[in-house]
Amino acid sequence: MHPILSMALRRLALGLLTLLVISIVIFSAVEMLPGDLAQEILGQSATPETVAAFRKELGLDKPPVERYFSWLGGVFQGDFGKSLASKREISELISGRFANTMFLAGYAAVIAVPLAVVLGLMAALFRNTWFDRFVNVFTLSTISFPEFFVAYILILLLAVGFPFGLALPFGLLGLWIAVEGYGAMKENFKINKSPLIPVVFLLIGIGLIINMVMGFMGVENWNPITKEVRAFPSIANISPESSLADRLDRAFLPALTLTMVVTAHMMRMTRAAIINLLASPYIEMARLKGMSPWRVIIKHALPNALAPIINVIALNLAYLITGVVVVEVVFAYPGLGQLMVDSVTKRDITVVQACCLVFAVTYILLNLIADILAIATNPRLLHPK
Amino acid sequence: MSDDILLRMRNIRIDGKTGDDWLPIIQGVDLELKRGEVLGLIGESGAGKSTMGLAAMGYVRDGCRIAGGSIEFEGTDLAKSSVAYCRKLRGKKIAYVAQSAAASFNPAHRLIDQYSEAPVIHGVMNRTEADTDATDIYRRLQLPNPDEIGFRYPHQVSGGQLQRAMTAMAMSCRPDLIIFDEPTTALDVTTQIEVLAAIRDAVDQFGTAAIYITHDLAVVAQMADKIMVLRYGELVEEADTRTMLSAPTQAYTKSLWAVRSFKSAAKAAPAPDATPVVSLRNVSASYGPVPVLHGVSFDIHKGRTVAVVGESGSGKSTAARCITGLLPPTEGEILFNGKALPPSFKKRNKDQLRQAQMIYQMADTALNPKQRIRDIISRPVEFYLGLTGKAKKDRVDALLDMIEMEPDVFGHRYPQELSGGQKQRIGIARALAAEPEFIICDEVTSALDQLVAEGILRLLDRLQSELGLAYMFITHDLATVRSIADEVVVMQHGKVVEQGPKAEMFRPPHHPYTDLLLSSVPEMDPDWLTDLLAARERGEVVSELPPA
Repeated sequence: MHPILSMALRRLALGLLTLLVISIVIFSAVEMLPGDLAQEILGQSATPETVAAFRKELGLDKPPVERYFSWLGGVFQGDFGKSLASKREISELISGRFANTMFLAGYAAVIAVPLAVVLGLMAALFRNTWFDRFVNVFTLSTISFPEFFVAYILILLLAVGFPFGLALPFGLLGLWIAVEGYGAMKENFKINKSPLIPVVFLLIGIGLIINMVMGFMGVENWNPITKEVRAFPSIANISPESSLADRLDRAFLPALTLTMVVTAHMMRMTRAAIINLLASPYIEMARLKGMSPWRVIIKHALPNALAPIINVIALNLAYLITGVVVVEVVFAYPGLGQLMVDSVTKRDITVVQACCLVFAVTYILLNLIADILAIATNPRLLHPK
Repeated sequence: MSDDILLRMRNIRIDGKTGDDWLPIIQGVDLELKRGEVLGLIGESGAGKSTMGLAAMGYVRDGCRIAGGSIEFEGTDLAKSSVAYCRKLRGKKIAYVAQSAAASFNPAHRLIDQYSEAPVIHGVMNRTEADTDATDIYRRLQLPNPDEIGFRYPHQVSGGQLQRAMTAMAMSCRPDLIIFDEPTTALDVTTQIEVLAAIRDAVDQFGTAAIYITHDLAVVAQMADKIMVLRYGELVEEADTRTMLSAPTQAYTKSLWAVRSFKSAAKAAPAPDATPVVSLRNVSASYGPVPVLHGVSFDIHKGRTVAVVGESGSGKSTAARCITGLLPPTEGEILFNGKALPPSFKKRNKDQLRQAQMIYQMADTALNPKQRIRDIISRPVEFYLGLTGKAKKDRVDALLDMIEMEPDVFGHRYPQELSGGQKQRIGIARALAAEPEFIICDEVTSALDQLVAEGILRLLDRLQSELGLAYMFITHDLATVRSIADEVVVMQHGKVVEQGPKAEMFRPPHHPYTDLLLSSVPEMDPDWLTDLLAARERGEVVSELPPA
């Protein structure tokens, strides 16, 4: 058997074991939650007899160990049981919500991962320059604010409309980026023959200036997805009937918020992993073979830096799925996180357990994939002696 | 100006940044190289050899700058040319062969992809042509399986083959000039010969000019038409090879030439019934399922040095790991003063651990960079001898005196503030701090310049006669063996192939492997390599390793 395959199977078995342990932790944690579901549903005025009868009906009177094993047995057959509060099948309740969460996470990942990796590579290429510092400061600022704060700022800027007060500074910032960025590139890299980077900076600058002008004219931001002049919706209330375009439009702001939250990690890890390798003799060798700086980074450094980058991407993807609770609540997005928050307030323990378990599975699977990819990109392990 | 001058460097000055200051590395050196000529650049580490070699490509490392002078390559001054212009020359007109091929090949790509990269990017050949060409060059450089070896990854190829593959890669665009930066320093003597022969063939076949950088005089004697000696970034002496070897004019050059003069005093043979300090009895060991040592036995007596020689992978260091208990043997036992030691260091008591100490090859990595010298040496003093306070301080001072370093000057410094030789002395002091009877010296001089290495050997010899230490001296350098050993153990493929007193070992007849090792040591005679290769061709001397 190929070593990678046997390694993958071994990790998978370990993952299952981890999952089993997690299921015990989840069950005990939920068990220890204060409050009682029967009491919660029946209200303060219920007599102890009614509460006891109701508990019996829900099966809460049985010992915890017995309930754990019947729950686990059901889970293995795909049966998460019924919601204690709404009496609906949990698998049915979760599947739609989970799909929504995956959609949002995927949306954010499609923007964030390429953006972060490209920014990281550029920061490594133009290390210790004005560009590098700007990208670092910007991504670090976005990660330092709490998610809900970033979300409200984005709502203020992109949903409510561009405020006049902010238009002027943003426009000036754009102009400054354009001028300074161009100057820094020219001075540091003698790459004034390559038009790409100054053009990118000019575009950013022009975009922000247009934004400023439109702000002054009182025109709300033009929405490129729905092709109409209006702001992005601040409520991401998608439904199963929504079309893809509609979903993309409504989920844009939550996706952008998540992007801003996860980009910094991935970008900085990419930058650090690449810069770490730049002192290696084989990088000097590539330079001495006359390779361009860009090629040295992409072709010679990146393949050797993949393992840490893949790991941090997997960690952030897992965060996109399991950490969206706050963002979903802010934008009223019908995802798994919101369902979990609702269920906790209702003491709907079976739903909480199911949500936790789904999150745990995602986490373990993503890390498993990251491990396998990290090993598969290492020729020493892929092609043994 | 004649047309056959390929490279002319005039009054070249290069600075390196230390803190906020620019300090000179190269201080105004002139260099002239004709087409097809091979120039040897020699000097100790820090002399600026590599910096000179790289400057010939118009390249300086990060934190360095060209402060003045000109580098004319085919009439164009690279010091004043654009980055893009230099980049076009690199790899295409001027190629580079690095010291460690294992570190300088990109681990993520196959050899042939790395070979083809320069010709394809520089537009010399297309990919198919480059691949065919690679196989051709691999064959010329006598790499095994030339049709197939290019499809391997660097880690799948041995060190000597990798170094030849790197020379092949440098030839890929048929450059006019190749910079060889210590290409054989990291190799065993027997492998070194193959690489030297391959490099010389390649340079001859294509009429390529070369700058050959090395600190090994015997090697440069084989390769170069003329030699330049550098010291502290300045030119000491320049002459054609034969003149330089036979009649050096400068004192510094003469001292380099005379460096191997040290020889330890002959000691009386141990009494036949004396108990050896360390005795290996039929020791076998393995890394996981891979057996590496097969029934190794030898004795080390008080006050004597046993040199263990052999190529990398022959099991020298593994034997040391068995003695220290880092790798418990699968069979056999290790006796210390006649008593068997527990196989694993975990089962040994403090006193047993104290008795055997180790000095490592890379003093850089063996010393904790975050600890001051005094703390590094205090630690074993405190741990093994239980000394504290004034007693500890006095002991550390005495140890520093013993290794000829001023306690007040060096005690509070960090390892990175010391030179390579000084760091190795600290390594010795740390081993002595435990007051051992026996010290394992694992290639302790191979990372050092010859003059510095000689100082270390003298120190070790003096300490041995003063303290009656027993040394196990692991090395692949037979010159070191000649100067310090009392007995020699030759190892190959995890077995002892020959052992005995030094005088006998250097006198024929030898075991074929010993013969191969001995004949592979470069000599200062410029015709040595040519003669040896011819003799091997005729079958007069052993040319291949005997099978395992």
